[in-house]
Amino acid sequence: MSSTLLQNSRDKRAEYRAMFKANVKNRLLVDKIMIGIVITCTLLAIIPLLWILGTLVYGGVGALSWEFFTQEPGAVGSGVPPAIGPAIQGTLIIIGLSSLIGVPIGVMSGIYLAEFGGGWFSKQVRFFTDVFMEFPSIVLGVFAFLAIVLIIGHFSIWAGAFALSLIMFPIVARATEEALKMVPYSVREAGTALGLRKWIVTLRIIIPAAKKAILTGILLSISRISGETAPLIMTILGSSQFFGGFDSPMDALPLRIWRFSLQPYDEARLSGWGAALVLVLIILAIHIAVRCWFSRKNTDKGFISRILKQRSV
Amino acid sequence: MLKREFGKSRGRGPLSDKIFKIAATVAGAYVLAVILVMILQLGWESGPVWQKEGIEFIWGTDWNPVEGRESYGALPYIIGTLVTSAIAMIIAVPLSLGVAMFVLTAPKRIGEPMGYMVELIAAVPSVVFGLWGLFVFRFYFKDLIEQPLHNAFGDSIFLFSGNPFGLDILSAGIILAIMIIPTISAVSRETMLAVPQQQKEAAYMLGSTTWEMFRLAVFPYAKAGLIGASIMGLGRAVGETMAVTMIIGNATGLAAIPDSLFDAGQTMPSIIANEFIEASPASIHVSALIAVGLVLFLIAMAINVVAHFLVTRMLKIREGAVNN
Repeated sequence: MSSTLLQNSRDKRAEYRAMFKANVKNRLLVDKIMIGIVITCTLLAIIPLLWILGTLVYGGVGALSWEFFTQEPGAVGSGVPPAIGPAIQGTLIIIGLSSLIGVPIGVMSGIYLAEFGGGWFSKQVRFFTDVFMEFPSIVLGVFAFLAIVLIIGHFSIWAGAFALSLIMFPIVARATEEALKMVPYSVREAGTALGLRKWIVTLRIIIPAAKKAILTGILLSISRISGETAPLIMTILGSSQFFGGFDSPMDALPLRIWRFSLQPYDEARLSGWGAALVLVLIILAIHIAVRCWFSRKNTDKGFISRILKQRSV
Repeated sequence: MLKREFGKSRGRGPLSDKIFKIAATVAGAYVLAVILVMILQLGWESGPVWQKEGIEFIWGTDWNPVEGRESYGALPYIIGTLVTSAIAMIIAVPLSLGVAMFVLTAPKRIGEPMGYMVELIAAVPSVVFGLWGLFVFRFYFKDLIEQPLHNAFGDSIFLFSGNPFGLDILSAGIILAIMIIPTISAVSRETMLAVPQQQKEAAYMLGSTTWEMFRLAVFPYAKAGLIGASIMGLGRAVGETMAVTMIIGNATGLAAIPDSLFDAGQTMPSIIANEFIEASPASIHVSALIAVGLVLFLIAMAINVVAHFLVTRMLKIREGAVNN
């Protein structure tokens, strides 16, 4: 009697176990398949980066030489890889000038958002700063062309710097805002308690305290603009000579890479790879340095504001 | 409460503070002023072409800058932009979600470096993508993917009919997809992080597998943010210039309306990049290009406003939710 009962329950248990296994097996299988798909996605996304870096190193190292960095491009089709001296010089000048315009505006705008924000207007400013960050850069180039080149009547380095500063200042503004918000409120109180005026507290105490994060934002914005090509086409135009005054065309690395790509010569292509290698190395170096310097923990997109946001939580 | 007091000097503070506040406010208002001036100026300078073509400029297909027979229509470039962005989205959105899920679930030692490498793609300049696409990618792509597709389906499906050349809207779309993956995956990962931990744990406690946890707890909760992340990627794809210009084949006028995926096309940014310098200043040609820029500006603005609205709303929920 009892043995049949036991037998029964044993059968039932085996049956349930089989059902459970069948059920879970399918679900585990689906889970395994999804894991496989997700890993494939990630590998697929990384392959292009490795492929591009590989091609740049493989194709570009041959072009690198002292002359390559210091000479003018020279005549096309002469057999020597055209050099990128003016392009490097131009990129440095344009980065300097756009920082001159973009950084003060960006930092002040960040101060506004962090220290005077809170109302309706500052919400709009914050929202449109975010939106502006993702704007098509070529439209900014057209705008700079209309606002400066057309009015003064010739291509100008200032127009290029203005266009790039438009890309730069929203990044700096948001980075500054997040950086300032991380400074404890008691620091402001301490400054105010000493009888200091607000602007002195802000510029002499709070900004220095947030210096590192602001600098990080500035560096990231520089790495972003150093690769921009589209707005430069209609503002500084490109040139094959060294800097010749603020009101004449100038060269820049990304512009030069584009010009090389349009020329049907093997040595131009070689120089194109070389110039692209230099540009990418500079930008990646900034990115990796910023990351190591700022924080090892955060894995977020270039924008320092996001990094900071995650860090403060 | 103190914070508000500190933030707002109530008219009694010293003059230097007032000046400082005004300077900061002006800097804050700068972005709004720039956007406003931009719309006005693009609208004003594109005036001649609107006068000549009227609103038909938007759905016109001619593009003839020869003096005396000038005729301009933006439709081919609008279509080119939409088609390349659509291709990019179809490929990039699932891939980016996969990347985001991988980074969130993989062990930190593997997940973080992988995620970081994907984000480094965003740091590679557009022109370098173009160079790589023009001199390397397109040959492999033509031989390994386009030609087989054409041979297999060329006669039956119109999408694959044209003659594969490597410089066409499909390869431009693929390059765009590669370029927007970091944007979408970073933002969608952020919104997935915003899902409260309890909700994930509840799903695990009910016996979910990892995938079921995502399906039950993460995706429904983060839906708005994920859509916003994708739209943000779309915004980037729409405005992308150099890589597309170098790869899309640069047809103009009626020829720029693609008949198949293997047809040369033209997008709004690429026509501006190609022709803006060649056009003689103050001609209708320039004003037509500016009008294309205006249309692009408005589309990009609309896309980005929607995207940021969705994403900020999603992230605001996180701030309000129980913090972990």
